[in-house]
Amino acid sequence: MPLENFSNILRSKNTNCAGCGMSIVHNLIGDALGNNVKMAIPACCAIVAPHSFPHTSYKVPVAATTFASSSVVAAGMKAIQSLNNENINTIAFAGDGGTFDIGMATLSGCAERNEDIIYVCYDNEVYGNTGAQRSSATPVCAVTTTTPTGKKESKKDIMSILIQHNIPYAATLSIGHPEDFIRKVKIAQEVKGFRFLYVLSPCIPNWKIEPALSIKLARLAVQTGVFPLYEVFNRNEYHITEKTDELVPIEEYLDPQKRFARASKESIEEFKNQVLGNWNRIRKMAETFPPGEITEKYLERFPVN
Amino acid sequence: MIKELCTANYAGGYTFTVCGNANRKGRGCGSGIYPITPQTEVVETVVQLLEQGKVEKGRVFAVESEHSAMAACIGVSLEGARSFTATSSNGALYMAENIVNASLFRLPIVMQIVNRTLGPEWNIWAEQGESLLFRDWGWIQIYCEDNQELVDHILMGFYISENHKVMLPTMLCVDAFILSHTMMPVLLPTQEEADEYLPLLDLPHRLRNDDPVTIGGLSYPRVTFAHRHDMKVAMESVFDVYSEAQDKFEKMFNRRPEDPVTGYMHEDADILLVTSSTITSTARNTINEMREKGVKIGLIKIKMYRPFPTDLFIKLTENAEKIGVIDRNTSLGAPGNVEGIFCQDILYALYKNGIKDKLVQSYLLGIGGLDVTPELIREVADDLTKRKKSESSIWKGM
Repeated sequence: MPLENFSNILRSKNTNCAGCGMSIVHNLIGDALGNNVKMAIPACCAIVAPHSFPHTSYKVPVAATTFASSSVVAAGMKAIQSLNNENINTIAFAGDGGTFDIGMATLSGCAERNEDIIYVCYDNEVYGNTGAQRSSATPVCAVTTTTPTGKKESKKDIMSILIQHNIPYAATLSIGHPEDFIRKVKIAQEVKGFRFLYVLSPCIPNWKIEPALSIKLARLAVQTGVFPLYEVFNRNEYHITEKTDELVPIEEYLDPQKRFARASKESIEEFKNQVLGNWNRIRKMAETFPPGEITEKYLERFPVN
Repeated sequence: MIKELCTANYAGGYTFTVCGNANRKGRGCGSGIYPITPQTEVVETVVQLLEQGKVEKGRVFAVESEHSAMAACIGVSLEGARSFTATSSNGALYMAENIVNASLFRLPIVMQIVNRTLGPEWNIWAEQGESLLFRDWGWIQIYCEDNQELVDHILMGFYISENHKVMLPTMLCVDAFILSHTMMPVLLPTQEEADEYLPLLDLPHRLRNDDPVTIGGLSYPRVTFAHRHDMKVAMESVFDVYSEAQDKFEKMFNRRPEDPVTGYMHEDADILLVTSSTITSTARNTINEMREKGVKIGLIKIKMYRPFPTDLFIKLTENAEKIGVIDRNTSLGAPGNVEGIFCQDILYALYKNGIKDKLVQSYLLGIGGLDVTPELIREVADDLTKRKKSESSIWKGM
């Protein structure tokens, strides 16, 4: 797929690792929105990416916020833009640490108040910026410096938490499915209120993978059921956007990642059970709360290929 | 101005609102709010006046924590809108990270702090601990003696903070309950007066898409060093801008807000008491009584604590032999067990100016909000009168 406005947001020659999932997230958002964007970014790789003041690799205005504050700083910015009749896509752009953990209360507050911002969580399932410590987004059996024998607990279900805030739009996005990614960002641009975009973001050093593998692994995450692609409108309309009738064996996703290298057979089974459980739950939710009027309205303008 | 009988909390909330609305022809205003005793009425007043339609171009964020309240103010301010909030005690500590963020970003936010003892143990009464924790990070600090002083300095606070030479936030401190919940006659600015007094906010570094910057990202030591020095220069410029703010105030309202530090019966006094906040009013009465008995005593009131008005303080105290500093705060483990924070600064200001012949004694009164009575002040004055040399802080009234 040709990207029309590649690097609208993040210039090349930034300090991200080669193959960084987050760079691609920026590029795909830029392709969907152009550079009519302002961002609030907390402590995470994305605020180190632009290099040091006064230089910046960001082509759009960015406020670095304190770790737990990106969503509410973005909400403050957006409110003043709206009072001044400025139509700008104001994004809080945070990693899993700033979303699942330290920023959770702030995020929940903004979602509950239905602040008119786009919240992008790029989840690399680890505190990457500080060198691979566990987060509540780290999946079971992954090795980090603070789970040296593999994580024992399961990953927090951030989507369900956000969906149950009754926000107008929540979606999962994959850098391995760029058309779907751009479609969802464009829908998010149209929706009023709090929009939660959740992206799995492969991390080269901390997943211990080759740089060339990030997009492939993101794609495999979808195909194996690890990261199902779906969108939810107003808590009540679940729409699975990537129908996967037959799941690819999970080992194809796990094996290239050395963070899982020490996992025992039993813990891999546990990983599989959790993935299947999650996937089945999402399918059941989609059966119970199927796409309705709102989904149809957006499908007309933004069809799924 | 219109005269009303009101608490410092109502007066603060009202004045914030008219000052915010005064920026309606600019980029508007916004406030992140979160309740905490004894400040709550300030933010309730702000949101109630907003919902009554008193603010044409503004937004209040009733958020889930003090940390987010200041973060909302930061977002608002980064977009070039006028911003304000209020907090107290542990609320300020929970907000701490973003309080420092606001000044490091050079955002002219104005905040009312209702000084309340830090806990646990939970104690809702007056002490200056929370605001003094933030004295070192580029916030202008004003300690108000009464409700009127709060109102006047909210107006002046926006005027000074938003001046391009300054661009630092202002903290206005009032004592818990003694002012926050006490009604007194106050002259409140009308909307037209606030409009006339305050120029529209023009934030030079507001986030704009036509000139995209990354504010607050990675910075190397040499750059941070320079930024901190810029803040020092900005702090030093506060005194000039303060006089400007006084001049404009006097011209408009026919009365002049006091200087950052002021003297009362100080010129011929042998001994001076130094106070801040509401203890000043009590001390002034005591001094009147003692003067009637022929004691040559005077009073120095420190209103602005950061930046510290050193030159003015030295000038006002030049004739005195002894200085007794009354502090309602503690710095535990301080050098020489002089735990009073204002006293530490005063000792340094004198030393820095080569003044070594004055006796300076520190007194700690009213810790945990204990009443500072006229009797206690009289005891302090008597002690100072008899005193031949200074010692560690004297904790009085326990």
